[in-house]
Amino acid sequence: MASNAAVPFWRAAGMTYITYSNICANLVRNCLKEPYKTEALSREKVHFSISKWTDGKPEKPTIRSDSPEE
Amino acid sequence: MLRRASMLLACRPILAARARPFSTDLPAAPSADATFTEAWTKVIPNMDPPKTPLSFMQPRPPTPSSIPSKLTVNFVLPYASELATKEVDMVIVPATTGQMGVLPGHVATIAELKPGVLSVHEGSEMTKYFISSGFVFIHANSFADIIAVEAVPLDRLDVNLVQKGLAEFTSKLSSATTDLEKAEAQIGIDVHSALNSALTG
Repeated sequence: MASNAAVPFWRAAGMTYITYSNICANLVRNCLKEPYKTEALSREKVHFSISKWTDGKPEKPTIRSDSPEE
Repeated sequence: MLRRASMLLACRPILAARARPFSTDLPAAPSADATFTEAWTKVIPNMDPPKTPLSFMQPRPPTPSSIPSKLTVNFVLPYASELATKEVDMVIVPATTGQMGVLPGHVATIAELKPGVLSVHEGSEMTKYFISSGFVFIHANSFADIIAVEAVPLDRLDVNLVQKGLAEFTSKLSSATTDLEKAEAQIGIDVHSALNSALTG
């Protein structure tokens, strides 16, 4: 990819916008004062279940909750 | 109010005569799906066509030919709608290119936001929020849509946590090895210094 446009530093390091935005949001949430902080952390928990499919049949699903950004 | 009414009467014939010179000058959006209903009645003339999402939405107001006196702001977060079609005098958004003031009649713009302070000015009152990141879409009809992932009023931020975070990420930057770690540390520094200047400035 020729970087002829001025790419932001996080994209140059291989991060996508969504990852960048989620990291920023998490940092802001961690700086909240106490009652708001616990509300915010409980609000932003992520739960999803993934099942891989082989031969047209789903395998056993794995549940992932609140996976941190990689 | 009488002034607005006479403005609307005056601009209606002008809108009809003008032939859409710029793509940013939009006429009012239709409130019913004409092509869908025609196709439906051709195939199934006996049943009423179902409503499409377009009929549930409010139609987009047209671009008035004279600048409106108020900016209509929709400020939304993933979990709540902070401001919904609120009429204000001005908003100042923290765009990546700097603090941008948006007044009624602003040219249609899409701007990415950086972590910073959003201030909404209505009459003599001003409300400030700290935004983590997001976008602002300003339409030609003086509607502004501000979308942010996280927005908090400034009094909910803890100054000690902010300064601790800033020190922590500054040290992480100097000890970072890979590009990704450096980027993360840099993001931490940017966000915390923006928080710091929002709380102290």
